[in-house]
Amino acid sequence: MRPFQYTRAPSLTEASNLTAGEDALAIAGGTNLLDLMKLQVETPGQLADINRLGFADIEATDDGGLRLGALATNTDTAVHPRVRSDYPVLSRAILAGATQQLRNKATNGGNLCQRTRCFYFTNIDQPCNKREPGSGCGAIDGIAKLHAILGTSNQCIATYPGDMAVALSALGAAVEISGEKGERSVPVRDFHLLPGDTPWIENVLEAGEIITGIVLPAPVGGTQIYRKVRERSSYAFALVSVAAIIELADGKFSRADLAFGGLAHKPWFDPRIGECLLGQPPSAALFEKAADILLEDARGYGENDFKIPLTRRTLHAVLAQVTGDAA
Amino acid sequence: MTVHFKQDEPDNSNRLDRMKQGVLGKPLPRIEGLAKVTGTAPYAAEYPIENCTEGVLVTATITRGEVTSIDHESVLTMPGVIAVVDNEKLCTRAAQGTANEAPMQGPKQVCYWGQPIALVVAETFEQARDAAKHLKVDYREEEGAPIDPGAVEPEEQEDETVHQGDLAHAMADAAHSVDVTYTTRGHASAAMEPHAAIAQWDGDKLTVYAALQMLNYNITELADALDMEEENIRLISRFVGGGFGSKLGISEEVVAAALAAKQIGRPVRVVQSRQQVFQTVMRRSETTQRLRLAADENGKLTGFGHEALVSNLPGEDFAEPVLQSSHFLYDGENRELMLKVARIHRMTAGSVRAPGEAVGMPALEGAMDVLAEKAGLDPVELRLRNIPEKDPEEDLPFSSHKLAECLKQGAEAFGWDKGPRKPRQRREGEWWIGTGMASAARVHNIAEAKARVTLKADGTALVETDMTDIGTGTYTILAQIVGEMLGLDPERVLVELGDTRHPRGPGSGGSWGAASIGSAVYVACKAIREELAAKTGTSEEELELREGEAGTGEALTDLLEGEDLAREGHYEPGDIEDDYTASGFGAFFAEVRVNHYTGETRVDRMLGAFGFGRVLNAKTARSQCIGGITWSIGVALTEALEFDPRDGHLVNCDLAEYHVPVHRDVPDLEVVLVEERDGAASPIQAKGIGELGMCGGAAAIANAIYNACGARIYDYPMTPDRVLEAMPE
Ligand SMILES: Cc1cc2nc3c(=O)[nH]c(=O)nc-3n(C[C@H](O)[C@H](O)[C@H](O)COP(=O)(O)OP(=O)(O)OC[C@H]3O[C@@H](n4cnc5c(N)ncnc54)[C@H](O)[C@@H]3O)c2cc1C
Ligand code: SF4
Repeated sequence: MRPFQYTRAPSLTEASNLTAGEDALAIAGGTNLLDLMKLQVETPGQLADINRLGFADIEATDDGGLRLGALATNTDTAVHPRVRSDYPVLSRAILAGATQQLRNKATNGGNLCQRTRCFYFTNIDQPCNKREPGSGCGAIDGIAKLHAILGTSNQCIATYPGDMAVALSALGAAVEISGEKGERSVPVRDFHLLPGDTPWIENVLEAGEIITGIVLPAPVGGTQIYRKVRERSSYAFALVSVAAIIELADGKFSRADLAFGGLAHKPWFDPRIGECLLGQPPSAALFEKAADILLEDARGYGENDFKIPLTRRTLHAVLAQVTGDAA
Repeated sequence: MTVHFKQDEPDNSNRLDRMKQGVLGKPLPRIEGLAKVTGTAPYAAEYPIENCTEGVLVTATITRGEVTSIDHESVLTMPGVIAVVDNEKLCTRAAQGTANEAPMQGPKQVCYWGQPIALVVAETFEQARDAAKHLKVDYREEEGAPIDPGAVEPEEQEDETVHQGDLAHAMADAAHSVDVTYTTRGHASAAMEPHAAIAQWDGDKLTVYAALQMLNYNITELADALDMEEENIRLISRFVGGGFGSKLGISEEVVAAALAAKQIGRPVRVVQSRQQVFQTVMRRSETTQRLRLAADENGKLTGFGHEALVSNLPGEDFAEPVLQSSHFLYDGENRELMLKVARIHRMTAGSVRAPGEAVGMPALEGAMDVLAEKAGLDPVELRLRNIPEKDPEEDLPFSSHKLAECLKQGAEAFGWDKGPRKPRQRREGEWWIGTGMASAARVHNIAEAKARVTLKADGTALVETDMTDIGTGTYTILAQIVGEMLGLDPERVLVELGDTRHPRGPGSGGSWGAASIGSAVYVACKAIREELAAKTGTSEEELELREGEAGTGEALTDLLEGEDLAREGHYEPGDIEDDYTASGFGAFFAEVRVNHYTGETRVDRMLGAFGFGRVLNAKTARSQCIGGITWSIGVALTEALEFDPRDGHLVNCDLAEYHVPVHRDVPDLEVVLVEERDGAASPIQAKGIGELGMCGGAAAIANAIYNACGARIYDYPMTPDRVLEAMPE
C-alpha cells in the first residue's frame, strides 16, 4: 500500500471535487479497493470516503419502480422485501456472489465498479495493459480459464466478474450518476465498456463522477432465474452466468430478457436473443438457435474454449427450466 | 531420569485397555479449544514484543538467473525504513520435512519466479511492504529455464523402481486388463495461519517465535543456516494454525527474521503475505501416472504396474512419493513400478498433506474401478479379492491389516448396493446421481521421541516436550494418555508443547506425531508407575490407579510424600520396522450429483471407514478423518495450482482463486472408526491417522461421477469443463 490522503467527503459536491483529480478514487465498502491497494494494483494518492453521503436508502419511484441507493449494502438490497418479491433475479444474483461477510460490507455502487479478477491484472510484476497501458496482456498466452469469449480485443480479454450487474442488465435498470457537470442516468447495459484499445477504461464514469443510485423499472413479473455455473458451490466467480426473465403466453415466449456473466468485459446483453425467442413456442431447436446467435462471434483462447459449449448448455438449461421443456 | 525404550518386538498385551481411569479414546474436546476460539492462544506473529520492527520479503521477478545488484538507497530514504537485508545466509527455499539442515541459501542465485531475495525492515508493516515493492533490483536472466515437466528428460528415482516377474506378459495373458494414464495437478497446503516468525537476540542467544511443525528438526536447520550452536537458540511454536506439511522445515521468513534482528539490533517480525505463502513455500507436485492392471477371469490381479512422473527444482531431494502404498496395497506377482522426477523451475515441491498417497491413491483407485467394470465385478468385491496375505514385494507380514473390515463395515454403513453397476441409471431433473467407492491406504510412519512427565506432589501432572500441536489435538491426547496411565482426570494434567527448552519430540508430520510422542509419554508414565508400584508393594503390571488413588487405597499425594516424581520417556522405533509392513487402511463411499447441462458436480453423501490402530480420542480422530475427506473433495473437484506457461510463476495464489472446498461443498460426512490394536506399530498400538482420510477419497468421487453420468475422467480435479468434455451425449 502506498501512503495516501484520506478524506471523508462531507457532501456530494465535495466528493466530486475530491475525485476529479488524476489519482483520486472514491471508497465505499472497500472490499475490492483495499485488496487492490495492498497489492499496489491501485495506488490512489487521494481517497474520498463516500460512506457518509447518505444515499443508502431503497425506496419506491413514482412509476412503481425501485431506487437502490448506491451505498445500500449488497445484503440489504438482496433481502429487501420489494427486491425479493418484485425483482427476484436481482436478489438471487447478489446472493450468488462473494460471501455473506463480503456482501454485508459491499455496496451497490462499488459492486458495479468492481474490477476484473484476471491474475495478471492483480500481480504488479506481470504485464497487463489494463493496469499498465502498453505493457502487454499476460493472459492472452497465459492462464485464461476465467477469461472472456465475447467482445475481446487483442489488448485485453478480461471479464467483468460481478453477478449483480448481470441481473440489472436483464432487468433494464439504469445507473444514476452525479458529477461536476450535474446528474445523468445511464442504462446498465451501456454502463460498462468493452476493452478495445483502452482496457483501463471500464465504464462510462468520468473523473469526479459518483454513482448515487440504481433505478429499477416497474416490476415486469415473469419467471426470474439467476443461474451461476462455478467449480465450487459458493465463494467463486462465475464461469458463466445467466440472468433470465421469461414469460410464456399461449405456449409462446411473451417475454425473454436475458443477460450473461463471465463472458465479456461487461454483462452481456444481446437484443437479438429476445427477438429470436419472442412469439415462438419453446423447443430444443429454438434454444439452439438462440445459442447460435449469442455465440456467433465467440472466440476462445485455449484454456477458456470450454466456455463456448458451456454457455450453450447453460442457456439451454435455463430455458428448459422455465418452459418445463427438458428437450 | 531418562527411561529409554526401543521397540524390537510387537506388544499385543493391550496394557492400555486394562488401565482403570477409562479416559483414553474418549471423545474429549480439545483442551486449547476455548483459548483458540476466544483469541487468547498466541500464534507466532502475535507475541507482544517490545521495540519490534517489521520485515517484508522481496521476491524475484525472473525465473532463473542472478541478482546483479540491489539498490538499498532506493528504499532507505523512504519513511520508516530501517534496513535492507540481502545477506548470503538468507534462505531462498523452505527446508524439506526432516531435512535437518539448512535449505538452499544465497539470494543472489534465482531458481524460480517469486523466490525470496531480500528483506526490507521498517518501523511499520505498511512501510516495509511499500518499500519492498519499491526496492530496485537488477538481474541477469538466463533464458529458457524449463518449467513444463513434460518437456524435459526426467531422472529415475531408482530406490522406487520395482521389476518383478513380467508385467507385459501378464497384461497380454490377462482375462481383463486396464492401461490408463491419470494426471493430477499441483496442490497447496493453504493453512489458515500464514508463515510467520519473530526473532529476538539477547547477546548471542536467539529466541524465535515461529509457525513450525517440527521443532526438533527446525532448531538444527536454523542453527545450520545461521552457523551457530543449537544451545544458543530457542524456538517457540505453542500454537500452529495448520501446517499440512508446509511448516515441516524452516521457511524463508524464519532465517530472514533472525538475520535482520541481528543486523539492526532490534526484534524483527516477518509475516509472509498470503500470496507469498502460496508462491514461496511448498507445492505438491503435479503428477502423470500410468496404471496397468492385469487380472484373471475371477478378477484376481496377476500384474500390477504404476509409473509416475513428478517434478521439482534442481537440487531438491524430495520427489512426491506417489507409489508409496502401491507397493503393498494389492496382489499381483508381476510388478513394474517406477518414479521419475522432472527438474523444472517452478517453486519448490515438497510435502503437502499425505505426500504420495494423496495423489497416487486417487489414480490407482480410479483404475481399479475401470477394472471392476471390465471384470463385471462389484468394486468392493474386486478389492476384497486382491488383498495380499503379505507384502507382495518385500515378503513381509503386515503388522495388522483392516482393509477388508473397512470395506465391509463401510459398505454396510453407507448402504452400498452390491447389485450390477451401470452408469446413467438415476436422474433427478437436471442431475445425474451415482455412487462410487475406493480403498484408502497410508503407510505408517513413526519416529524417535522424548517427553518428560512429572507427577507433582499435589497430585497433578505435567508433560513437557517440544512436540507441536498443529490443530490436531496433541495437547488433549497426551493429557489422556497420562490420565489413563497415572489414574488422573485429564483436567489435572498440564501439557506444555512447542518449546525447544523441553525434551525433543518427533514433530508433527507424516501422521507420526500422536503414535510417536504418545509412546514417549507412555514410556515415561510406565516408569513413574514402577516407582509408585514399589511404594505400594505391588508390581507395575498389577498397579491400579484411578482418580488419584491406587487400588490399594492410598492417595497418590500420600504416596509421593511431598516430592515430585519426574521421568523422561525416550521412545525409539526398533528393529520391528524391518520385520513388518505397517499401514493404515480404509474405504471411502460417495454419492454425487452431476449436472447434465453444466457438468457441475456436488457431493451429496460421503463416508469413510478407517482402521489406524488404537483411537486415542474419538473426537479428534474423527475430526482428522473429516478434514481428510474434505481434502479429498478438493482433490477430486476443485484444487489445482495454475502455473504460467512462460515464466512458471504460480498464478492463483490466494484463497479466492485456489479453490479449497467451502462449507456448501461438504455434506454431512460419516466416519466409521474400525476397532484395531497394532502392537507392532507403536507401544501404544496406534498408527498414523492425520492423512489417511484423504488417501483415495477423490477416487470414490471420480468413480461416482462415472457411475452417475458416464463421464470417465482421468484428470483430477474434475471441473465442469472436464466433466462436459467426457460426458456422453
Ligand atoms: C474474495 C471475494 C469474492 C468475491 N466474489 C464475488 C462474486 O462471486 N460475485 C460478485 O459479484 N462479486 C464478488 N466479489 C466482489 C464484491 O462484490 C465487490 O468487492 C464489492 O461489491 C465492491 O463493493 P465495495 O462497496 O466494497 O466497493 P469498494 O471496494 O469500496 O470500491 C470498488 C470500486 O468502486 C468504486 N466506487 C465505489 N462506490 C462508488 C460510487 N458510489 N461511485 C463511483 N465509484 C464507486 C471505487 O472507487 C472502487 O474503484 C468478491 C469479492 C471478494 C473480495
Ligand atoms: S486480460 Fe486484460 S486485465 Fe488481464 S492481463 Fe490482459 S490486459 Fe490485463
